[in-house]
Amino acid sequence: MHNILELKNLQKHYATQKAVDDVSFSIKQGSIFGLLGPNGAGKTTLLRMITGIFYPDSGDLLFDGKPFDPQNDFVHIGYMPEERGLYKKMKIGEQAMYLAQLKGLSKSESLEKIKYWFKKFEMESWWNKKVEDLSKGMSQKLQFVTTVLHEPKLIILDEPFSGLDPLNANLIKDEIYGLAQRGSTIIFSTHRMEQVEEICDHIILMNLGKKILDGTVTDVKQQFKENKFNVQFKGQPTELASPIFTIEHQEKQQLIVKINEGYTSNHVLNYLLQQDVLIERFNEILPSLNDIFIHLVEGSKATTRAFQNN
Amino acid sequence: MNKIYLVASREFKTRVQKKTFLLSTIGLPILIFGFYALMIYFQVKTTDNFKVAVSDQSKLFNGKIDDKKSTEVIFSFIDADTAALNKKLNNQEYDAYLFIPNGYNLQSGEPQIAFRSSKALGLMTREKIENRISNALEEKKLLALNISKGQLDSARLENNAISFTTNDGKKDNETKVGISYAVGMIAGFLIYIILFVYGTMVMRGVMEEKVSRIAEVIVSSVKPFELMLGKIFGIGAVGLIQFIIWIVLVFGLQLLIPVLFPDVAAQMQSAPIQPGAMGAATAVKESGALQGIMAGLAEINFTLVIGCFVFYFLGGYFMYAALFAAVGSAVNEDPQDAQSLLLPIMMPIIFAMVIMTKAVNDPNSTLAIFGSLFPLTSPIVMMARVAHGVPDGVTVVQLIASMALLVLGFLGTTWVAAKIYRTGILMYGKKVTWKEMWKWAFKNN
Repeated sequence: MHNILELKNLQKHYATQKAVDDVSFSIKQGSIFGLLGPNGAGKTTLLRMITGIFYPDSGDLLFDGKPFDPQNDFVHIGYMPEERGLYKKMKIGEQAMYLAQLKGLSKSESLEKIKYWFKKFEMESWWNKKVEDLSKGMSQKLQFVTTVLHEPKLIILDEPFSGLDPLNANLIKDEIYGLAQRGSTIIFSTHRMEQVEEICDHIILMNLGKKILDGTVTDVKQQFKENKFNVQFKGQPTELASPIFTIEHQEKQQLIVKINEGYTSNHVLNYLLQQDVLIERFNEILPSLNDIFIHLVEGSKATTRAFQNN
Repeated sequence: MNKIYLVASREFKTRVQKKTFLLSTIGLPILIFGFYALMIYFQVKTTDNFKVAVSDQSKLFNGKIDDKKSTEVIFSFIDADTAALNKKLNNQEYDAYLFIPNGYNLQSGEPQIAFRSSKALGLMTREKIENRISNALEEKKLLALNISKGQLDSARLENNAISFTTNDGKKDNETKVGISYAVGMIAGFLIYIILFVYGTMVMRGVMEEKVSRIAEVIVSSVKPFELMLGKIFGIGAVGLIQFIIWIVLVFGLQLLIPVLFPDVAAQMQSAPIQPGAMGAATAVKESGALQGIMAGLAEINFTLVIGCFVFYFLGGYFMYAALFAAVGSAVNEDPQDAQSLLLPIMMPIIFAMVIMTKAVNDPNSTLAIFGSLFPLTSPIVMMARVAHGVPDGVTVVQLIASMALLVLGFLGTTWVAAKIYRTGILMYGKKVTWKEMWKWAFKNN
């Protein structure tokens, strides 16, 4: 698969600070890409450059292998910003038609696609309702539909699940998988790490305008693993002290051990087998993205910067 | 271009489809018209067969006031004292009485002639009675001085008045200047109102987009500049439609005048054109003045005035709408913030209004010339000068220069406003000052 998007040394300065400072990465077509970072890390600025709302001060942006041209490429992008909304007084059907036509679809195309999506999401009866009559979850669904209905190659979703109940969140999640399977690329920006772990193939972590982490979810977890294992057993071990590992946590039939330098999990297992216990479970504890996130961001000046950015 | 059209047509449709639009565009003028019509109706209402008893103690009129045969006011001479007359009034034998006391002196007007009616008179009735009596008295007085009515008329003839002409030989008549004054004032004032009403409409539209958080969604498919222009065009079209409807309504309702007020219509029939139905109705007092107004109106170059009005309406609107949009983009949820940011925009409009009131009096003063050339004030001030005509009020060169400057001004404010708008519309939760807006406009970002 080729790269749908390539960023090379992208920079964007504001009067007082570098919002995006020399960021490079690439996104493969059809992947679900997670853009993570604390508030004020520069995610929104980065996304606004990718959507053509802002122009980078320097650096290159390649879309589908060619230099990004917002004037023409906007039809291939669907953007659902974090600060999103709809015209409150406008009828839902008309609103969807308007947004679809702004994305370059003709009237008949718009109508056809809106009908398809409304049917899919069971929203057909909403056509003549006004947005102000919708609940937050309902308008979120509408927002999602208007973001994807022109079948963009690149879909950018900033906190897409905020305000959705689990049922609707699953509905959207399934759609995201479906869209990715049909070849769309999804950039997914959020603070909710458990969603990222579940959905994303590839992630980037930004802090203070810089990229501080880049890789697949599995790679990143491997990179930050602390060689901790969870052991569940039956029986009474004779001795539980060894240079192979350090015990981090001990319960009656459970152990969390950290393997010391120079040893592997097999050493631990070997040792335990000799202790005359029945091993029921033995698995590696990988750090959650949440832990990694906190570990990397904590201690930086991220919070003060987030404050300044507002 | 297609996107500007899409945005504009949405702005237009959502506004025109609102009930408040119909109400304010059609309902309000009809309501106002109805209100005025009612007022005029009660004012000009005449009572038929208004019976006036005349008790002529000093035998001034010899049994008749004049030769007019009117069914509206009937004078009948009786011989009675005030007490008896009051009684007749109370018995409703007569609606009013005129008492000319014994020994009435024509020259000094003493002792005073008394007119008493059972209830307050309508405007028209009062005018008719007053005119007839004072005309009759005037004639008597002249006769006493040995001057005939004919002699007096020839002495009063209009054409021996001083002839005012301008240097190019044109007649400069007083009513025309007066009418130009009124037309200039009204046109200038209308533009003043348009700038405010539709300017704030644009500002509120931008604020709505920002507050409802749709701006960023839209801006990912439309350039901020296109969004701003679309909004300005759309609301401008609403304004234009509203004005056309109002003009049609005014002319349409005017056709109703003869039906509703046959008297007023009769007064107006001799006039060449019939503008300003309401103004005419209150001016019926003296049909001579009315005809003067009509003649004055006929001399105004309405093609020029209306053409200029449309140009300055659109030019002024576009120029200021961009500024209002910029302010709207900088404001957050709190409408209070808008007030302080609006002040610098409202200043030139109000300033223009002040210059305009001077310019209608003296269209060629330095202040008027400056005001009509400076783009921020020209839409209002130039209307005052144009009403005086070309080249009396304004020279062709000045008019063209003013129009060109207005177009430049429009391009200038739009360019500046677009830069503020682009930054402001995506800025949340921060109170913006003019200093910052200045930075957005003139620093590259």
